[in-house]
Amino acid sequence: MSVSALRLSRRGLLRSTAALVVSFSVPLRSAGAQPAAGGKSVSPNAVEGFLAIDATGHVTAFAGKVDLGTGMQTTLMQIVAEELDLPLDRLTLVQGDTALTPDQGPTSGSLSVERGGMQLRHAAATARQALLARAATRLGAPAGALRIQDGTVFGPGGAQLGFGALVADGPVTMPIDPAAPLKPPADYKLVGRSVPRIDIPGKVTGGFVYMQDFRLPGMLHARVIRPPAIGATLQHVDEASVQALPGHVRVVRRGNFLAVVADTEWAAIKASQTLTATWSDTAILPDQATIYDYVRATKVVHDNVTSDVGDVDAALAGAAHRLSASYDFAIHTHGSIGPSCAVAQVVDGQVTCWTASQSVHTLRTQLAAMAGVPVANMRCIYLAGAGCYGRNGHEDAAADAVLLAQAVGQPVRVQWMRQDEHGWDPKGPPVVIDMQGGLDAAGHLAAWRGAFFYPDATSQNVPLLGGDLAGLPSDGQLNPGNIVNDSAVPYHVPAMRTVVHRLASTPLRPSWIRTPGRMQNTFANEAFFDELAAAAGADPLDLRVRLIDDPRGAEVLHRVAAMCGWHTRLAQPADGKTAIGRGLSYLYYELYRTYVAAVAEVVVDRTTGDLRVRRFYVAHDCGQIINPDGARNQIEGNVIQTVSRVVKEAVTFDRKMVTSLDWASYPILTFPEVPEVVIEMIDRPDTPPWGVGEATAAVVPAAIANAVHDAIGRRVRSVPITPDKIKQALQGA
Amino acid sequence: MASLALNVNSRPVTVTVDDPDMPLLYVLRNELGLRGPRFGCGLGQCGACTVHVDGQAVRSCSVPASSIGAGKIVTLEGLGSVEHPHKLQQAFIDEQAVQCGYCINGMIMQAAALLARSPHPSEDDIRQELANNLCRCGTHLRIVRAIRRAGEA
Repeated sequence: MSVSALRLSRRGLLRSTAALVVSFSVPLRSAGAQPAAGGKSVSPNAVEGFLAIDATGHVTAFAGKVDLGTGMQTTLMQIVAEELDLPLDRLTLVQGDTALTPDQGPTSGSLSVERGGMQLRHAAATARQALLARAATRLGAPAGALRIQDGTVFGPGGAQLGFGALVADGPVTMPIDPAAPLKPPADYKLVGRSVPRIDIPGKVTGGFVYMQDFRLPGMLHARVIRPPAIGATLQHVDEASVQALPGHVRVVRRGNFLAVVADTEWAAIKASQTLTATWSDTAILPDQATIYDYVRATKVVHDNVTSDVGDVDAALAGAAHRLSASYDFAIHTHGSIGPSCAVAQVVDGQVTCWTASQSVHTLRTQLAAMAGVPVANMRCIYLAGAGCYGRNGHEDAAADAVLLAQAVGQPVRVQWMRQDEHGWDPKGPPVVIDMQGGLDAAGHLAAWRGAFFYPDATSQNVPLLGGDLAGLPSDGQLNPGNIVNDSAVPYHVPAMRTVVHRLASTPLRPSWIRTPGRMQNTFANEAFFDELAAAAGADPLDLRVRLIDDPRGAEVLHRVAAMCGWHTRLAQPADGKTAIGRGLSYLYYELYRTYVAAVAEVVVDRTTGDLRVRRFYVAHDCGQIINPDGARNQIEGNVIQTVSRVVKEAVTFDRKMVTSLDWASYPILTFPEVPEVVIEMIDRPDTPPWGVGEATAAVVPAAIANAVHDAIGRRVRSVPITPDKIKQALQGA
Repeated sequence: MASLALNVNSRPVTVTVDDPDMPLLYVLRNELGLRGPRFGCGLGQCGACTVHVDGQAVRSCSVPASSIGAGKIVTLEGLGSVEHPHKLQQAFIDEQAVQCGYCINGMIMQAAALLARSPHPSEDDIRQELANNLCRCGTHLRIVRAIRRAGEA
C-alpha cells in the first residue's frame, strides 16, 4: 500500500462519501487485522506505526486515540507538526482504524494528550532525528549544523532537502527512541497556541461526515426492537404484521435480539413501530424509591483499599468532635444528542464495521468474539458521532450492525432511535458514599474515613447488548472499572482510611460517564471536607491550603479565591425570598495530575427550592497546554454538562425498565439556565501535559452542594440537587 | 408511491415518497444527500434537525415532507459553504463554537431565523430563542457569543 493512497484528502472527506471510503481504506478485501506482508505497521513501538511520509513530503500520522468532539484531532496534529517542524497543512491525521492505527487504548480517562499525544511526540522526535541523519549524510554536513523549517532540512551554504526527498530511498522505519531529543518548549510555534480546529468549518456548513452520514453502495437500513423489560424473553414474532409495508422489510430474530431491515430508513422505522412481537412478562428491577438501600444491601465481592494511614478507629474514638454523613449520586445517562449508529459489511468472511466507538481496538476483539470470526478478519474504522462522554451505545450499535450484516448478507446501517439511546445505553451506576470524620480538641482534622459502593470491575469491556440478547459471546462483564480514583483525598490527615466496596450487581448495565467515579467520590469528599471545616470553624479555603502542602495545588486555590473575591461576603438580596451562596471544591486529579479549584455561585429560592447556578469559577493547572482555546472549550463543557447533571438529571425506571426515554422525561440544562463560566488556566510549558477532558467535572457537584449550604445553611447530600430536596432540607431541623 | 415537488436550497427537486407521513428529514438526508439537518430525537425536542421553511425554523424530524408544498426549504448547506460562509457560520468558526458539533446545525438555523427578524439580539434574546435547542457537550456560552458576534457584524 502506498502512502499516498492513505493520504486523506480533507476536501474529499468533506465532499464525498465515496471519497471517504477510498481515502480511509486499504482495500476492503484485505482489511485484515494483521496486514498482509508489506501492509501498514500498527506497532505502537515503531515510528512507522504512527507516521508515514510520502514523496511530496506530506506526512500522515496514525492515532489510535480519536476525536470525540474534543478537538483532539487538531491537538494531536499540533504535537506532531511541532516536533517535525512541519506546517499543519502538510499533515493528515488518520484516527482509530484497526488496520492502520496503533492501539493506544480507549479514548478515555483524560489520557489522549497525556499518553496518546506523548507517544506521537516521541515517534515524531525519533523520525526527526532519522531525517536529520539522512540529510547529514546526503549534504555531507554534521547533523548539528542542520535545521528544519516547514518540512525542509536546511544545511550550510543554502543546501536544502525536503522530507519527500529524504524518504526517496525508503520510508523511515525504526523503533521509537524514548530518549530522542524533544524540541525545547521555548522554540514552540504550534504547541501552546490556540490553533483553530480543522473540523469546525465542515461542521458548521454541513460537509463534515459523521458516523450517521456514512453510506455504502447496496446498504440496507435497520432498526432494533428491544425487549419491553430488562430480562424479558421473546416468545413470538408475527412477521406477517409487517409484510404489507413497502421497502422489502425483513425481520431478523436471533434469541432475544430482534430487528427489522429494509431498503429505506423510513421503511425500517415504520416496520419497527408496526411489528407485533410477544415478550415474557418480566419485572426484575428494584424499586427506584429505595434504590440506595438496594445498593447498600447488594453483596460486596471485594474491597479496594485506596488509602490507609494511622489508626482510624482509635482516632475517631478519641476525637473531641465526630461527624458522619452519607451521600448519594443518581443514575445518569450519557445523553448523546445523536443516537448511536453503525454500519457493517461482510465480504468474503472479512467483517468491516464503521463505528463512532471510543475504543475501536477493544471493540474489534469483542465483535470478533460475538460474530465468531477470527480477530484478524474483523476491522473497525472510527467515524465521529455525536459526543459520547464515555462508553455509550456506539459499541452496541456496532454489534447490532455486525449481527445484521451477517444475517442478511448485505451492508447494514443501524441507527438507534431516541428511546433506544435513553433506554439502553449503559448507565452511570447509582452510588452511595458514607463519610466519617473527627476533630481533636483544638479543632484540627484528626480522622477521615470513607466507604464507597460501586459495581465490581472484572473486565475492560462493557458487554455488547445485541450479543447478549442473541445469546452470543460478548466478551464483557459487569463494569465500570477504574472508578476508585479520587476516593482517597489529597489532604494530610493523621488517620485516614478509604475503602471502595465492590458490588456483585447493579440494576442497569453500568458504564463510564464523564469522570466516572472521580466525580461521585469528589462530590462526597469535598462536600464532607466543607462539613468538617464548618465544624472546626475554619475557612474552607484556608483549611484546604493548610492541609495539602502542595504549591501547585495552593496556587489554583489562591487563584480561584482571587477570581471570585472569596474573602468578601456576597451581598444577600433584600427580599429575603432568595439566598445567594458560594461553595468551593478542590481536586488533585487521581492524586498525580491536573489541579483544579472551583467556586460555584448559586441562587436558591427559599420558597420553591429552585436552584440556579449563576456563575462558576475555575482555576486550572494541567501542566503544558497544547491548545489553550481547546482546553478552555473542554473546561467550559465540563462545567456546563456537570451543572446539568447535578441540578437536573436522574434516570428513572419502573420494575421493568428505564422510563426516562426522551428529553422530556430526562431534561438537561437549557440555554436560559447556563451559568457564566470564568476560567483561569496556568500554563507550565516545561512540565508534562496532563488531561483536561474530565478533571473539572469532578469538582462541580461539591462546589454546588457547598454553595447551597452557604446560601441556606442546610446540606443536600444527594445528586441531583432538586427543588424538592432543597425544600426538604429547609423544612428539616 | 407519490411524486413530491420541493424547493430545497433554491433548487426545484422531485422525490418519490411511498408514505405521506415520512418526515422531511429523511427526504433531505437520504433522497437529497444533505448532511446539515441531523437526526437527534425524532420528537421535535432537541432541534438537531432544524431547517427553514419560508424563513421559519422548523423541526424537519416532525413535519411530513408531503405537507411542505411550495414552501421554500433552506438547510445549513443552503445558508453558506466553507468557501462562502453565512455570517453566522463564520462567527461559529471565529468563536470556535463547536465541540462534537452534532447540535450545531440546529443552533445556526435557529439563530439565522432569529437574526432575520431581530438583527441585533441581546444575550437574553438569544438564550430564550435557543431554549428548545439542546447541546450536551456544554458549548452554550460559545454558541451565544457566536450569535452575538454575527448580530454585531
